[in-house]
Amino acid sequence: MSQQKFLASQSIGSFLETLLREHRVLVPLCEGDSVVFRPFRKGGGLELTRMPTTSPKEATFPRVETLMSFTQKVSAPQEEDGGKERPEIELTEHLPQDSTVVFGSRPCGAKGKTIFSRVYDTEAVKDPYFIARRDNTLFISIACSAPETTCFCTSVGGGPADSTGSDILLIPVTDGFMAEAVTEAGAKLMESAFFDAGTQKAEEAQAVVERAETKLGQAQDFSNAREKLLKLFDNESFWEEMSAKCISCGTCTYLCPTCYCFNITDETAGNTGKRVRTWDNCMDYLFTLEASTHNPRSSKAKRLKNRVGHKFSYYPSLHEEHIACCGCGRCIKSCPAAVDIRQIVKSAQEYEDVNI
Amino acid sequence: MSTFNPYLPELATIQEIIQETHNIKTFRVVLNDEEKMKNFSFEPGQVGQLSVFGVGESTFVINSPPTRMDYLQFSVMKTGEVTERLHALNEGDQIGVRAPLGKCFPYEEMKGKDIIFIGGGIGMAPLRTLLLYMLDNRSDYGDISLLYGARTPNDMAYSYELEEWLSRDDMKTTLTIDAEYPDWQHKVGLIPNVLLEMNPSPKNCIAVTCGPPIMIKFTIQALTKLGFEDSQIVTTLEKRMKCGVGICGRCNIGTSYVCKDGPAYTYEQLKQLPNEL
Ligand SMILES: Cc1cc2nc3c(=O)[nH]c(=O)nc-3n(C[C@H](O)[C@H](O)[C@H](O)COP(=O)(O)OP(=O)(O)OC[C@H]3O[C@@H](n4cnc5c(N)ncnc54)[C@H](O)[C@@H]3O)c2cc1C
Ligand code: SF4
Ligand code: SF4
Ligand code: FES
Repeated sequence: MSQQKFLASQSIGSFLETLLREHRVLVPLCEGDSVVFRPFRKGGGLELTRMPTTSPKEATFPRVETLMSFTQKVSAPQEEDGGKERPEIELTEHLPQDSTVVFGSRPCGAKGKTIFSRVYDTEAVKDPYFIARRDNTLFISIACSAPETTCFCTSVGGGPADSTGSDILLIPVTDGFMAEAVTEAGAKLMESAFFDAGTQKAEEAQAVVERAETKLGQAQDFSNAREKLLKLFDNESFWEEMSAKCISCGTCTYLCPTCYCFNITDETAGNTGKRVRTWDNCMDYLFTLEASTHNPRSSKAKRLKNRVGHKFSYYPSLHEEHIACCGCGRCIKSCPAAVDIRQIVKSAQEYEDVNI
Repeated sequence: MSTFNPYLPELATIQEIIQETHNIKTFRVVLNDEEKMKNFSFEPGQVGQLSVFGVGESTFVINSPPTRMDYLQFSVMKTGEVTERLHALNEGDQIGVRAPLGKCFPYEEMKGKDIIFIGGGIGMAPLRTLLLYMLDNRSDYGDISLLYGARTPNDMAYSYELEEWLSRDDMKTTLTIDAEYPDWQHKVGLIPNVLLEMNPSPKNCIAVTCGPPIMIKFTIQALTKLGFEDSQIVTTLEKRMKCGVGICGRCNIGTSYVCKDGPAYTYEQLKQLPNEL
């Protein structure tokens, strides 16, 4: 384990100010009742105690991003075209250039991008937009000292001090945080004078993590969820029951750090335009609606089945048993209808085979 | 830094447009970059995303065969926003092409076998590329037959090729329409019924079928009745698509992404997927 250093609470503002010189810095701030990631401003407040309502995925996967822009032109009449004008298109690729530091994400939020990577960065295909952002974003995460009742990170391979996807992990202690470098880039940031190697609170930090782990309780064992969910695929009444309360609002997908589906649309103004990518929502009827009006996921039961099935069955089948959920509980906490994904998977696991 | 960007279309010029039926147009397209056009390679059954800049992208099978590379051919049925704007374009207009995408038909495994193509309506497009490929590599395959059906004679795409196909002695072509029509010289009846009447032997034969979902369903039933095994039936699936490269997450049936693992599947493979068509 690398050496821990102490970051005092009162130094955080000044530390973030130094980061602003080279990076865009995203931090959790209170906005109304919610805690959301916003650009850090000098002298601005931070909310580091409450779990952020939104996920930090927007650092590596913005809600809206321009993929390319285009201009339509008409060339001068050409002799070879029999004196006719010729339409022309100029296409410009927009690859992201900025570099970002996310300060104050939770371990589960930072882990989200690793779930993206197995799909967005493969042998067969590379998403240059995501990869550029991921490789230019540093995550300074705060370990959870007080997990909420909706948290279940330990059931999906994470934990309150899991460092997967983070560059620096901060563990809350009296008057500040014990910082641990996870990556080389993180270690480099920790060379800053704000990180103090002299103050040692390693034992206190250890105790904080242990307390959090105890509070999370027994992890739920999802290991047979993969087959159980597949077996229940054709059981309409099971899925009708599970989705009965759902109102297809999409809150769960928009807040989820691991939901990676998107839409691509064109926007134009006069002769110029851009092709943009936006977060999409599999809980919406339009997601799979075909031009013929046929829709393979015409009911909310079928859509919820796909959302749960993707995370706990299809994705693990395709990606060495990794579950596409980091257990952050956002979808549970913010669902207006109290739909609980843990409960759905558990119900599937406990469903008596005789009924299938 | 210049990594390949799977979302960035190649600019291309529409060389020729053919009005096939009242709602289907065929576009013959050439990439503007001569080098890329020269080196372009694909396999029968792979698809492309066509862009009308400012409107969007849609998926169409490349229905010209890889053995004829003067242009890439796409046939487009007018159904919604992008297809409507494609229909409004003229020869010489610029579009974007992202291709090839997806997996091809198992045409290597089909070598040495008899092949029966069963196409309905616009479903003839994916069959056309494979049929022409096989005709261009005729000695690799056994008997080739085609059953092609449409609602009326006027709904038959590639009418200018049908005469040639009918007259060839190295393939057997059967045409059918749904109901009686003045001066129609060929069969009348729904595809699955005509197929049963044709009574093709399943022995060493592969059936390739594409068309509207309901037609595919009954055609597969008919093939099974005729003794075709699930592994002898090949079809293509359609799902709403965006990225075309397995990332955007909308075209899956369980673990299979139609854009990258399909669109061609054997019925055997389809049966192993969850039932979500
Ligand atoms: C593998 C594959 C091959 C296809 N080959 C052909 C072909 O050769 N000829 C042909 O006429 N049609 C083909 N289609 C269907 C064609 O893609 C749709 O009809 C077309 O996308 C409708 O676009 P639209 O904008 O006019 O419709 P809208 O209803 O306005 O749809 C909006 C957008 O949704 C997406 N979309 C909607 N329906 C479909 C769909 N069924 N499949 C894929 N994306 C969809 C497209 O991005 C489309 O632009 C194929 C579809 C697939 C999946
Ligand atoms: S947040 Fe709840 S109600 Fe809204 S779509 Fe998700 S499960 Fe349904
Ligand atoms: S599915 Fe729910 S609990 Fe799992 S990562 Fe997404 S929002 Fe968090
Ligand atoms: S179209 Fe995007 S995953 Fe298949």
